[in-house]
Amino acid sequence: MNTSSRIPDQPEPDKNGVIPEMERRQFLKLGLAITGIFAGGTLLSAASVVDKVFASRQEFADQYPYKPHYSMVIRQDNCIDCERCIEACRATNHVPEYGYRTRILEQVHPESAGRRIEFIPVLCNQCNNPACVRACPTKATYKNQQNGIVMVDKEKCIGCKTCMSACPNNGRYYNEETKSVDKCNFCFDTRLSKGETLTACAEACPAKVRIFGDLSDPQSEVYQRVHNIEKAVWVQRPETGVKPNIFYTKG
Amino acid sequence: MAESVSTETAEAPFITTRWTGAVEAIRSRAYWLTIFFLSLLVVAGTAAGVHAKLIGSLEAYGATREIPWGILISTYVFFVVTSTGLCLVSSIGHVFGVKDFMPIAKRSVFLAVATIVAGFYVIFFEIENPFRMAIYNVISPNLTSNIWWMGTLYGAYMVFMAVEFFLLVKGNYRLATIIGFIGVVSGVAAHSNLGAVFGMLDGREFWYGPFMPIYFITSAMMSGAGAIMLFTWLAYKINGEQMEPETKRALEVTTKVGILLISVILFFTAWKFIIGFAGGEAKIMALEALLTGPYAFNFWVLEIGVGMVIPLVLYIQSKGKNLSLMALASAMMIFGIFFMRYDLVIVGQVVPLQYELDVNEYQGLLSYTPSWHEIAVVLGGIALVGLVFMLGEKAFGGHRHEAHEGGEH
Repeated sequence: MNTSSRIPDQPEPDKNGVIPEMERRQFLKLGLAITGIFAGGTLLSAASVVDKVFASRQEFADQYPYKPHYSMVIRQDNCIDCERCIEACRATNHVPEYGYRTRILEQVHPESAGRRIEFIPVLCNQCNNPACVRACPTKATYKNQQNGIVMVDKEKCIGCKTCMSACPNNGRYYNEETKSVDKCNFCFDTRLSKGETLTACAEACPAKVRIFGDLSDPQSEVYQRVHNIEKAVWVQRPETGVKPNIFYTKG
Repeated sequence: MAESVSTETAEAPFITTRWTGAVEAIRSRAYWLTIFFLSLLVVAGTAAGVHAKLIGSLEAYGATREIPWGILISTYVFFVVTSTGLCLVSSIGHVFGVKDFMPIAKRSVFLAVATIVAGFYVIFFEIENPFRMAIYNVISPNLTSNIWWMGTLYGAYMVFMAVEFFLLVKGNYRLATIIGFIGVVSGVAAHSNLGAVFGMLDGREFWYGPFMPIYFITSAMMSGAGAIMLFTWLAYKINGEQMEPETKRALEVTTKVGILLISVILFFTAWKFIIGFAGGEAKIMALEALLTGPYAFNFWVLEIGVGMVIPLVLYIQSKGKNLSLMALASAMMIFGIFFMRYDLVIVGQVVPLQYELDVNEYQGLLSYTPSWHEIAVVLGGIALVGLVFMLGEKAFGGHRHEAHEGGEH
């Protein structure tokens, strides 16, 4: 058999009929990447989350040493679009009618054998490498060094809207009342700093779609879910390199 | 120095006597009518801008959450591109010593200041909290932000160009050359940062990449060549003077700069598209919006036709000597470039960020329509350049070039 003609990514058993470890991994990765893509558009496969983002817990913790490292896992298929999260967010954070900090997008799969519609809650991704923070001229938007939340100092916002252009996920809007760009801050000022443990949206969700917690704590549900290679986990627009802290999964 | 000033004032009556009183009266009336008309536009634009600040941009402007940057940003880009271009093209003469370019130096530097001021005028009404900007740009600078660098460097650039102009008027050419050089450096740095404001947004595929700073500098020189020719021609019409041979020669070489840079930008544009079509879906959508979509008229007719191809043909036909043809080509080019900037800014945002998520909310292209407030501010900015230009021609006696300019002394 001419070995040069085989497809490079296809695992080939050795003479004992065993697929070598490296090639098995490659194949697994390919499979998960495909799963990721099937799950809806530009997604990150579980394999690449593990490889690229959480290759080593220590390395990750050194690079992003937030404690707690606030994060959210969204169980996408559980969302029923009741919009209680949006209402809770509006009430808690005084979000005006013309804006939103979180919203639910609707994805339709006409050819699907099962459910044909899926709802995708979206919010600021609280990125580890936030494009908005780099772009802001006055450090009005910044990454909180304790908890990793991307925040806005309203007093410093000049309203140039570069952060709105820079955000790959449409997480921001200009708030006419506060004269500042506004965005999700995981309810830091309205809840977390007052001792609450959940964001308003996570608390309001009746379907446990939004799992909020501390990614630096291996016992937390967010940690467990993000680091579980049996389930596909993905993020929005991974190609932009912003390293989101909002993860998506199913089940 | 005192000598040069007196020569200027002594020459002016000599030239005006060549015109009959009647022609001069009509010219004067037309001049002041234009000044009046331009002033009205500036007042209207300012009123619209102030009103927009009072009622809020949400209501007054067409920009949205999804398309946060509208025509005010693109017009700002238009003005600062023109300013940088005027600075760069004129610096070939008065900074880098190419004698042919020297007669256009003063006017170009003056117009570079006028256009940057117009740019700041427009951006003042675009920025939501310009007064906070004045404070926090200084006490809370973010050195990774291109907007910060761009704003700061353009602020410095404006000061250098104004000082340079002042020195040119005073006849202190040696110092003017030094300040002019610093002006060029800060202008190039500022302008490439403006390119990077767009080019470093990797969430926006249409803009992302090293192309933007390079393209911005090159198209600045293209704009600058056009602006110099148009305004120099206009100036001689306004002042009712015959153009001196040296100035004609300067415009002839500027025509060559124009021809070269239009060709370069056409080349860049072609490759932007060819390479873009090998890219992702979102980028291709943006390119198609220009080629065949809602921006096709802007692109083919205004950008490519009026902005580049026709001026290119006219410049070549003019052989650098037919001044009216060159002025027409330049006017068309500047008109086209205005839309080039508009398309660049708007089309970069029309593809929804979450397009590839394939959700119902973001299926097609987003749309943006400038509001009347925005249009009024834009017209105010354009009128401001016209006004400053016309007043400048009178105040500085036609920005006359001195034979000994370039300074051995």
